[in-house]
Amino acid sequence: MNANMSTNEQLTWLRDPTAETEAVMRARRVPPKSLDGLTVGLFDIGKTRSDEFLNRVEQRMAERGIKTKRYAKPTNAKVAPQEVVAKVVEEVDVVLIGLSD
Amino acid sequence: MPGVAEKLEAKHSGALWLAARKIGYAAESDPVEICFQRGWTDGLPVTPPTDERVIAMLKGTPRKPDEIVGKIPPNLAECTIEKVAINAVMAGCRPEYMPVLLAAIEAALEPVFTLHGVLATTYFSSPVIIVNGPIAKRIGMNSGINALGQGNRANASIGRALNLIVRNVGGGRPGEADRSTLGAPSKFTLCFAEDESDSSWQPLSVARGFAPGTSTVTLFQGHGPEAFVDQKSRTAEALTKSFAMSLVKIGHPKLVQSARVVVVLSPEHYAIYKEAGWDRAQIERALHEATIRPGAELVAGVDGVGEGIPASRAGEQVPKFHEGCLMVVRAGGAAGLFSAILPGWLAGRNPVELQPVTKEVR
Repeated sequence: MNANMSTNEQLTWLRDPTAETEAVMRARRVPPKSLDGLTVGLFDIGKTRSDEFLNRVEQRMAERGIKTKRYAKPTNAKVAPQEVVAKVVEEVDVVLIGLSD
Repeated sequence: MPGVAEKLEAKHSGALWLAARKIGYAAESDPVEICFQRGWTDGLPVTPPTDERVIAMLKGTPRKPDEIVGKIPPNLAECTIEKVAINAVMAGCRPEYMPVLLAAIEAALEPVFTLHGVLATTYFSSPVIIVNGPIAKRIGMNSGINALGQGNRANASIGRALNLIVRNVGGGRPGEADRSTLGAPSKFTLCFAEDESDSSWQPLSVARGFAPGTSTVTLFQGHGPEAFVDQKSRTAEALTKSFAMSLVKIGHPKLVQSARVVVVLSPEHYAIYKEAGWDRAQIERALHEATIRPGAELVAGVDGVGEGIPASRAGEQVPKFHEGCLMVVRAGGAAGLFSAILPGWLAGRNPVELQPVTKEVR
């Protein structure tokens, strides 16, 4: 309701139960054209059998000469610990997150 | 709910000390509909959060309105006591419920409770609130007939308020961060008090390390209830075996060590254990042991069913639950050889990372 439409006396008021925040749209990073020379992080989110999936990806990437590094969350139920995220940011160019259950 | 004092305060002070944004609407429009239109409800009507109602709600706690309670997932938005009060109004709480609600929020925000995951999961779970101690009686909570059902204001509105806070402050909405495949009616509210009327029974709060007479809330990641019926077993041993037959079916009969569970033991079922002299610890231990089965029966593919454990575990004796992941609470009406099972979230397969949380109500 636009407050300009009538005077305050004609309005009834409610208090906002939300956090009063707004979503910010961020542009996605442009993916690299090629993985040549880049290090790929393989991030295990902690779901059942994620390791099987990522082992296979690691193997296939190694066959193509792509360097990989492994990371993991202790459980899929929680967001990744800050130190793990920081390591990923510092150490790799691209990160792959996947699961297979 | 607001008395003359709150109405005068709201009118004459303009409630300038309230920090939440004011939203004006034409006096002739229906405030309940405004709340729906703004997406503030769980699908049922809410009580419109007017200044006088929010002022009255804040009188239920000595804590300052601008105090930060914590960051509510999924958006990790800061939540003040005032925002709690606004949502408590909407849920239908009375001011005296505020200490219980605040303890429930505190419990839900412990990292080991994993509130973000509970909301985001494709599973059925949401916070289940179990209240112990004198506060339950003081605010008129139900631990008796229909304790898990409708009809009691405190039971219904405290659980609802916590879920509304996740929705409104945290931004957790179905189809967005809430990815539950089917959901459950318990996602509206599932909150009850434990029946502590029988002194032979150790209350859940005491079992979890609090002194007798302390008011607490225990939060569990679950849903339900599922029915357990046994009208014919008359010994503790028979009843335990009988319970186990239902407990092993949670989620799937061949799914093991993946979820915690709460067993809500009714008075008539408890009477059988009491007669045998079994206490909480003995009942919990016996139920755990009764759910241990030969791994060979549970292997994936056995009986033509894909679900199951790896073949490498065929030689093991496999319990349904991880050690210590079965909690018994007492509630329910005096008549009925029925108990209830509240199945836990499957992320309980890691019992260290995911735990129930108990907090004192201060």
